[in-house]
Amino acid sequence: MELQVGDQRIYAYTGNRPFREDQPVLVFLHGASMDHSVWLLQSRYFAHHGYSVLAVDLPGHGRSGGEALDSIPALADWTATFLETAGVTQAALVGHSMGSLVALETAARHPTRGRALALLGTAVPMPVGPPLLAAAERDDHAAVEMITLWGLGDRAPLGGNRVPGLWMMGGVERLLERAAPGVLYRDLKACNDYQHGLESAARVQCPVQLILGSEDRMTPVKTARQLQEQLTGARTVVLDDCGHMMMVERPDQTLDALIAAGL
Amino acid sequence: MASPKPPRFDTLALHAGQQPDPLYGSRATPIYQTTSFVFRDTDHAASIFNGERAGHVYSRITNPTLAVLEERIAALEGGVGAIATASGQAALHLAIGTLMGAGGHIVASRALYGGSHNLLAYTLPRFGIQTSFVDPRDPAAFAAAIRPETRLVYGEVLGNPGLDVLNIPVVAGVAHEAGLPLLVDATFTTPYLCRPLDHGADLVYHSATKFLSGHGVVIGGLLVDGGRFDWEASRRFPELTEPYEGFHDLDFVEEFGPAAFLMRARKEGLRDFGACMSPTTAFHILQGMETLSLRMQRHVENTRRIITFLDKHEAVESISYPELPEHPDHALALELLPRGCGAVFSFNIQGGRPAGRRFIESLQVFSHLANVGDAKSLVIHPASTTHHRMDAAALAAAGIGEGTIRLSVGLEDPEDLIDDLSRALKTSQRG
Repeated sequence: MELQVGDQRIYAYTGNRPFREDQPVLVFLHGASMDHSVWLLQSRYFAHHGYSVLAVDLPGHGRSGGEALDSIPALADWTATFLETAGVTQAALVGHSMGSLVALETAARHPTRGRALALLGTAVPMPVGPPLLAAAERDDHAAVEMITLWGLGDRAPLGGNRVPGLWMMGGVERLLERAAPGVLYRDLKACNDYQHGLESAARVQCPVQLILGSEDRMTPVKTARQLQEQLTGARTVVLDDCGHMMMVERPDQTLDALIAAGL
Repeated sequence: MASPKPPRFDTLALHAGQQPDPLYGSRATPIYQTTSFVFRDTDHAASIFNGERAGHVYSRITNPTLAVLEERIAALEGGVGAIATASGQAALHLAIGTLMGAGGHIVASRALYGGSHNLLAYTLPRFGIQTSFVDPRDPAAFAAAIRPETRLVYGEVLGNPGLDVLNIPVVAGVAHEAGLPLLVDATFTTPYLCRPLDHGADLVYHSATKFLSGHGVVIGGLLVDGGRFDWEASRRFPELTEPYEGFHDLDFVEEFGPAAFLMRARKEGLRDFGACMSPTTAFHILQGMETLSLRMQRHVENTRRIITFLDKHEAVESISYPELPEHPDHALALELLPRGCGAVFSFNIQGGRPAGRRFIESLQVFSHLANVGDAKSLVIHPASTTHHRMDAAALAAAGIGEGTIRLSVGLEDPEDLIDDLSRALKTSQRG
């Protein structure tokens, strides 16, 4: 569905079901330079199992208008405005990578909006390597290749997609290539610059589920520990043989972890 | 952060798409020779049917053995995914049937495999789909033939049988300028010699019967989606950009993004047309693809030796092979096909059809049959076989004469092949 948020037309995928305000709402927040389609299987599942789903394309991404915002706090405030515009008083926020930081910061800055958090492929801080940042700033295709390779687990570059016939490397690359010039850099810089995440985590009051990949090179499990320590009562699931792109690499295990989180 | 490196071509040819079988550790890809797959419970069944979980339902739509093959060709071509089909013809039909219905129009190279020409020229018009055939060497002719109802531009990397080299970057530019995808038949070249998606093509298909399987034992096709074509911006493909009543009002671009074409082809085309590949066939093709690089290198080496021999032979009028400087596409071939121009080529023999008949019937090592891309060397007379439905004008336009002989050079010792050709050429001139 499309919403007018401020002066921007914003798109949110609803899982192939009409959005209903009388059901618990799940908001899916994608990572850097991606869009709603990374949540396809998971968002469809919840939309057909008693939830209303909004897998939003953040400003300047996917089908949404506007320009990509340049900081995690700005994205968090925008998310709160988006929820208000959609008539959602409270939602479970499910975020991946950059989206996980947006979910965390939204829950900290707008505590009444977050019913629960699921943070996938996350770490605080989330530094971005200088070579990747520099390539993204140049809109060099090398940045896309780096994210594709670093984003997938050790065995994923040889395939084995659970969705028959799809080649993960090609799919991730094509999705990243679709972003407008400058979007990837702006997103990565927002992640890199987000320095007060641990303080924000300490302010989060709702239940939190962390879902991590055992082979994640971009947000390794050990770097998520600091975040886990700041989040009172947070639970953590580590998916085996899985890199940063868990929704693609281990779609069923990711979904099962989200179901078990009781969002 | 240490920089990981992507797997290279030969590694992908052996491994892409397959992880060792988690149940028994089988290193080879198991043949899942089953029609259907057991669900855990009713919710699991509904979730797979409804696209909420990944998994297999019925082998007409997906199968684990086929999925390995599909990922492998997608990896080698650089696409987002692929679909295995019952034959190369089925792959071509699946591409066309996914993109258009009655009223649709195709702009195609006129130098096509005879079976493809039949489909476009004679069969599809019965279903309301018309084709304009154009000179593959004339990009302006492609542009001029595009109409408002055109939905596809189509050609072969190497035209059949004259080996016209399709200027993929330029023709893709023409297609994209008009908001159309370019489909390329890459059967003769395989991804080892040319990856059309890297040059701007949007869809690629193969008769996997040929070099990919490589041993002449199975019939199969593979259709690869490059994932770069912007279906929404084109505004010509409501099949992909508007809700599809036949699958819960799914909007394929909205749901699947770069893989929209491929998912529509699977969820509609395989489901309804049903031209699927058998798991055992997929296994045979996978076996062949493991040695694709080695075989293609030897195919090309043997072909070059034979070309050198024929080029000097007095019974040979002309040879059509893009590596020869006199071939009209020589410069383009050097650019697009630096590893070689494949192992299928044609030549004209002195003495026309009677000499051609004597030549073919005198060969001992070359087999006279209607196929290419086998490990064994093959020969045929196109005017009386693969292209016999074309009239004289169409034959001439496609570069086929009465004395044209087509060879598919195999992996035998090249000296034995040259001896065989030498003997047969001598006999051919005794008329």
